[in-house]
Amino acid sequence: MSNTEKKCCCGGNDGKHFAQLDEILVKYQGVKGALIPVLQEAQNAYGYLPKDVVKRIAEKMNIPASQIYGVATFYAQFHLNPRGRNIIRVCQGTACHVRGAKAVLKAIEDQLQIAAGQTTPDLQFTIETVACIGACGLAPVMMINDDTHGRLTPAIVPEILKKYS
Amino acid sequence: MEMVNITIDGKKIQVPKTATVLEAAQSAGITVPTLCYHPELRPEGACRVCMVEVEGARSLVASCVYPVNEGMVVRTSTAAVRDARKTVVELLLANHPQDCLSCQRNLNCELQTIAADLGIRKIRFEGEKKHYPLDANNPSLVRDQDKCILCGRCIRACSERQGVHVYSFVNRGFNTTVSPAFNEGLEEAPCTFCGQCASVCPTAAIVEKDDTAAVWAALSDPKKHVVVQTAPAVRVALGEALGMGPGSIVTGKMVAALRRLGFDRVFDTDFSADLTILEEGNELIERLSHNGKLPMITSCSPGWVNFIEILYPDLLDHLSTAKSPQQMFGALVKTYYAEKTGIDPKDIVSVSIMPCTAKKAEAVRPEMKSSGYQDVDFVLTTRELGRMIREAGLDFEKLAKEEFDAPLGISTGAGVIFGATGGVMEAALRTVAEVVTGKPLDCIDFHGVRGLTGIKEAEVELGDLKVKVAVAHTLANARMLLDKIRAGEADYQFIEVMACPGGCIGGGGQPVPVCADIRQKRVDAIYDCDQCSTLRKSHDNPAVKELYDTWLGKPLGEKSHKLLHTHYHPQERG
Repeated sequence: MSNTEKKCCCGGNDGKHFAQLDEILVKYQGVKGALIPVLQEAQNAYGYLPKDVVKRIAEKMNIPASQIYGVATFYAQFHLNPRGRNIIRVCQGTACHVRGAKAVLKAIEDQLQIAAGQTTPDLQFTIETVACIGACGLAPVMMINDDTHGRLTPAIVPEILKKYS
Repeated sequence: MEMVNITIDGKKIQVPKTATVLEAAQSAGITVPTLCYHPELRPEGACRVCMVEVEGARSLVASCVYPVNEGMVVRTSTAAVRDARKTVVELLLANHPQDCLSCQRNLNCELQTIAADLGIRKIRFEGEKKHYPLDANNPSLVRDQDKCILCGRCIRACSERQGVHVYSFVNRGFNTTVSPAFNEGLEEAPCTFCGQCASVCPTAAIVEKDDTAAVWAALSDPKKHVVVQTAPAVRVALGEALGMGPGSIVTGKMVAALRRLGFDRVFDTDFSADLTILEEGNELIERLSHNGKLPMITSCSPGWVNFIEILYPDLLDHLSTAKSPQQMFGALVKTYYAEKTGIDPKDIVSVSIMPCTAKKAEAVRPEMKSSGYQDVDFVLTTRELGRMIREAGLDFEKLAKEEFDAPLGISTGAGVIFGATGGVMEAALRTVAEVVTGKPLDCIDFHGVRGLTGIKEAEVELGDLKVKVAVAHTLANARMLLDKIRAGEADYQFIEVMACPGGCIGGGGQPVPVCADIRQKRVDAIYDCDQCSTLRKSHDNPAVKELYDTWLGKPLGEKSHKLLHTHYHPQERG
């Protein structure tokens, strides 16, 4: 309830932490069906949807937190855990699969010591798998942020990752 | 009401225009299997078990959400319908544990019944099964998501009936589960432990925490003196768990069964319900005459107490400080009763049989130790007692009636009506009216506060004093009253709230399935018990009088304050 402000889970402090969120909430005040745009903008502002942000949205929009959590876990676009500064999207589509995408993914996971879907403790990298990024000619392929890296082998993975650390 | 003509399995019938095909079938005496459908909740059309054939429709339709039309022709049991239903159930079973024989809901499971009714002998589908950890970190309820068939009834019961919104569908596709926000356990979510989710769950995905093993252990320990109290609502529902019809009054058989199970003394929570009335009634008079916080709200229902502590902590000083009958009883057993009998309270095991899952959590509240020990050691629901009676092999229906033990088994009709919505209010009015006026009442039946209307209001004259009262059952209705109080629009002096529909008779620990019709029969049985009582006013209870005269002193006195009253605190959850 009113104590949610004190229990921030991501390092921000009290009111200041919610300034951006409150602006978003004011913008959508009274707008029907505004939950998804609010979640999108909140995620843009905070990088993910922290628990206290979800709780504040619930309180201010008068929507049960359980329902918001249901929506946020239904759509792949929403993230409830902090994400890395660099998002690695490793393609597991058909073309990449037949050209060794599994081994590439394993090399990345081994190098960063996290599994797909996870984020390194230093918040440097998040690994995700995707079904196709439309660059089958370069298979196996991955994207790091907006850069595309093709014709991958497990051996060249460390070198590429080094550029981003 | 506008009616339409339809033909269902060759039978021509008239049904209201607003009916669904399922309702039409039911009115024609045709059974269509259902799982996600619940007569008291908004239909969802999720499970597809109720599919039927409608002439002209492109495919089979889910009858629970399909509206009737003039001239509609429905077939509920064609080969295609039976095949489709079987496939749906086989798919559910393919992702369901096959441990029926050792399941808490064995022989009382809707999925099991439908599988049996549809004659399923082989599950053609094999594949990955979901596996999630048990949510069992609270004293009341256990959630096993492996057994969840995603019907969503618990979500709807918690939201529509209780207005608490603990659950939602989480994730999607094969990974869909029903969970509180952030996948928290119920003890972290704003759950009141009322157990209405367990009472609508078709399988064992949500069940009461089973404490029967601990009670069996106490019963077979010769060093322990095991006493039991039974709540008013148990005696009108226990029969259902043992093959008897709804509304059977089984008080005497229940007492006999508890003695056979090995309890050393069989007492009645009705006794401490009478005591509650004396404490709470006098508290009301005190508040009315000394400008105390009004309206005063009853505090017997622990689901309700959790609700206000979690969601309306600013209104906590409206709650009566009187403990619930269960906890008053618990405090007296290990003090008054121990002294009277010379039994060391550390050797007493105090068990209560309750229609309620929240009572399990109430008993372990840290402040409920006014005897110096945990006042109530174990709480069993009506369902658990039913299982113990079956385990002991007792032929319940043939048991000869027996009487409760004295003195904590002596009670009045006012105590027994605690089990139905409006009962605490009526019992309190019977006593308060006589205390205020000093004259016996002409008529002690307060019909204005009886019945299953969601919120009841009445004005009662107590001598020169006019008191406006309200009675709410289900937490969604309680919320409406609380919002009124917050807004300063409530001109009541006294409010009774029960968390569950119909009051304790519809509690989350009562036999399932339950519906409005069954609850009505239980309510009628409760008032029959009252009508048949020789004493019907709490202050006429001789055992309560003796307790005050020889030991407690007077209501709201020092000893009462220590043993029979409590305090509340905001709960930060969710």
